[in-house]
Amino acid sequence: MNEEKTQEKTSKIDLNRRDMPRQSPEMRRNNFDEVALGYTEELARLEASRCLQCKKPRCVTGCPVEIDIPGFIGCITKGDFKGGIKKLKEKNCLPAVSGRVCPQESQCESKCILGNKKAEIAIGRLERFLADWEAAQGKVDLPPRAKPTGKKVAVVGSGPAGLTVAGDLILLGHEVTIFEALHKAGGVLVYGIPEFRLPKAIVQREVDYLKALGVKVFTDFVVGKTRSIDEILEEFDAVFVGTGAGLPWFMNIPGENLNGVYSANEYLTRMNLMKGYMYPKSTTPVKKHVKVAVVGGGNVAMDSARTALRMGAAESHIVYRRSHAELPARAEEAENAEEEGVIFDLLTLPLAYIGDENGWVKEIECIQMELGEPDASGRRTPVEKKGSNFRMQTDAVVCAIGNSPNPLVPATTPGLDTTKRGTLVADPETGKTTRDRVWAGGDIVTGAATVILAMGAGRKAARAIHEFLTTGKQ
Amino acid sequence: MKKVIERSMIVPNMHLLVIEAPEIASKVRPGQFVIVRGGDESERIPLSIADYDAEKGTISIVFMEVGASTAVLARLNAGDAVATCVGPLGNATSIDTFGDVLLVGGCYGIGSLYPVAKELKAKGNKVSVVLEARSSYLIYWLNKYVPLVEKVYTITRDGSLGQKGHISRLPDVIHGMPRKPDRIIVNGCTYLMAHTSEVTKDLDIPVVVNLNPIMIDGTGMCGVCRVTVAGQMKFACVDGPEFDGHDIDWKEFLARRKAYVTEEALFFRRSDAHAHNEGKCAWHE
Repeated sequence: MNEEKTQEKTSKIDLNRRDMPRQSPEMRRNNFDEVALGYTEELARLEASRCLQCKKPRCVTGCPVEIDIPGFIGCITKGDFKGGIKKLKEKNCLPAVSGRVCPQESQCESKCILGNKKAEIAIGRLERFLADWEAAQGKVDLPPRAKPTGKKVAVVGSGPAGLTVAGDLILLGHEVTIFEALHKAGGVLVYGIPEFRLPKAIVQREVDYLKALGVKVFTDFVVGKTRSIDEILEEFDAVFVGTGAGLPWFMNIPGENLNGVYSANEYLTRMNLMKGYMYPKSTTPVKKHVKVAVVGGGNVAMDSARTALRMGAAESHIVYRRSHAELPARAEEAENAEEEGVIFDLLTLPLAYIGDENGWVKEIECIQMELGEPDASGRRTPVEKKGSNFRMQTDAVVCAIGNSPNPLVPATTPGLDTTKRGTLVADPETGKTTRDRVWAGGDIVTGAATVILAMGAGRKAARAIHEFLTTGKQ
Repeated sequence: MKKVIERSMIVPNMHLLVIEAPEIASKVRPGQFVIVRGGDESERIPLSIADYDAEKGTISIVFMEVGASTAVLARLNAGDAVATCVGPLGNATSIDTFGDVLLVGGCYGIGSLYPVAKELKAKGNKVSVVLEARSSYLIYWLNKYVPLVEKVYTITRDGSLGQKGHISRLPDVIHGMPRKPDRIIVNGCTYLMAHTSEVTKDLDIPVVVNLNPIMIDGTGMCGVCRVTVAGQMKFACVDGPEFDGHDIDWKEFLARRKAYVTEEALFFRRSDAHAHNEGKCAWHE
């Protein structure tokens, strides 16, 4: 009897997770346009209607910014997109961004009860749908702002953490000024993540939205150089530091300074921020490479390898020292890369780069690896297979093995304590640093992590800064 | 956007650019640089600051027109604007009481050493200068240096002013000086800095160079400016640009400096943006 009942219930549940239309691999590997095309209204409503509207939604517990997920999905089901975006924006001021770059499969979607049937709700796609729907209406509703408090907050860095802090504090009535070192606001969203994954117009839209709310944005302003934190504190009541993880790591192996060996930051910045794909119309020069080897297995590595294909490389390789299962990249991004023809050289470790007579890289000395015992992180440690050395021909290498925090602010701010890794010491709940009136969040505190974690940290810091500005408590 | 106060050619192909940038002018120290982008589609290039006036809120840059980006800058006029001028970046040249200091400048470095000379003199150093160029007509700012320093030496390739020859004649100049300098500071093109470091190896004088690699952001993010110093990887933008000239891997540095020479030339072939480029420009050959 009982069994019968369950079966009946299950059969009513729609287990058909709707795919999001995408450009075909053959087409997209030749252009920089966005790969994923987004749900139509019909697809979005179909997908949303699968949501069970759980009484105790587990998905929310998987979200770093605690979005009312069943709430906004319920609105979509009813066709109330305006209500949906409102609900979404209560907790997340950058939904068009997080809907695209959040690792939903390891966060909200991983907790979805339908995951048991491998049919979890496509929460990220629905989030993106609402944000894009709102943008397509042409007019974004500006939420009401609290009465001006007369308090001034400086936000250092305009990446996801800084934009979130600015968005929260401006609504609470404070004056907010963002200082950005580069000539465009958006941080990693504009210099790092490629156009085909996050169109720059979307980031610009979010920045314009903040400006419409009254946030002042100064680009070409390097805090730590143009002005120190101490000087900024003379003029502002509080400072938020969100300067990110912007100092590329290299492996300290021979030949890393050969021409043709790039940090992923350089490679992606040339292409994205400096619009290298439009060269020579945009005048930042880029090289035409035939075979590109990207070292690393994260999202940045996938972005680099896929960019290389779009720049006309005949072959683009991912060189990663562990196996496919350990790739730190989002499953979707690794899959996209594979579909487009990126070749995965797994269990492979570069030992040295070998150059030609003009100082350009021509070969990589590699060694094959095998997986040994799990390390502290639970991942199996790769071990070198003795005698398995081999050479791989290449004319470009992109080193995408991570970044340490940018040192400019810590180095020029006395009393701002750092950890051994160079990250800022900050309270995990509030982002409060060791300096009076200075908060921090994002990669500068955690080391290189995700956009949504930076946004979550920004939200917490904004709450703490608001409390300080209204009560004096910090 | 920052306003251009003045742009003039001081000697053939060498330009002075004065930019209104009060925030930078009030902060800059000798040896620092700015990243400049002429127009919206322009490359970001690092340029040494040649002079500054905190009261007027201006900074001066001396640059040579060599490629696509500097071609844009060389066509600016007073009242125009540059899309980006950000800084001051990099660490300042170390200024202390060293005793006798010899400054060696060529190309844009004649300009960027000027504030170094002023500050060193104010610190009580005896400052002399060697200015190097292909010919006398390419040497500039003699009128600024002569009243400021102990002695101005010149080396010209054609012998039209001072010592005839290349910077490799620098030891001759040093041997002719009343006292061996306690420190040499070199600013200018990579060849000048590399050769000066090379020919002074046996003189037992510290040689300090101000490196000029390719950069994008200038804040440590891109890592283009990496250089091997005493066997270690350094980023010129945040660890430098001042380094001990005898510690630099110059061969590697020169190769990295030339990474985009082909693309620069291509740009000039394809570009129709420049009036001077109608088949007459040297880049066409």
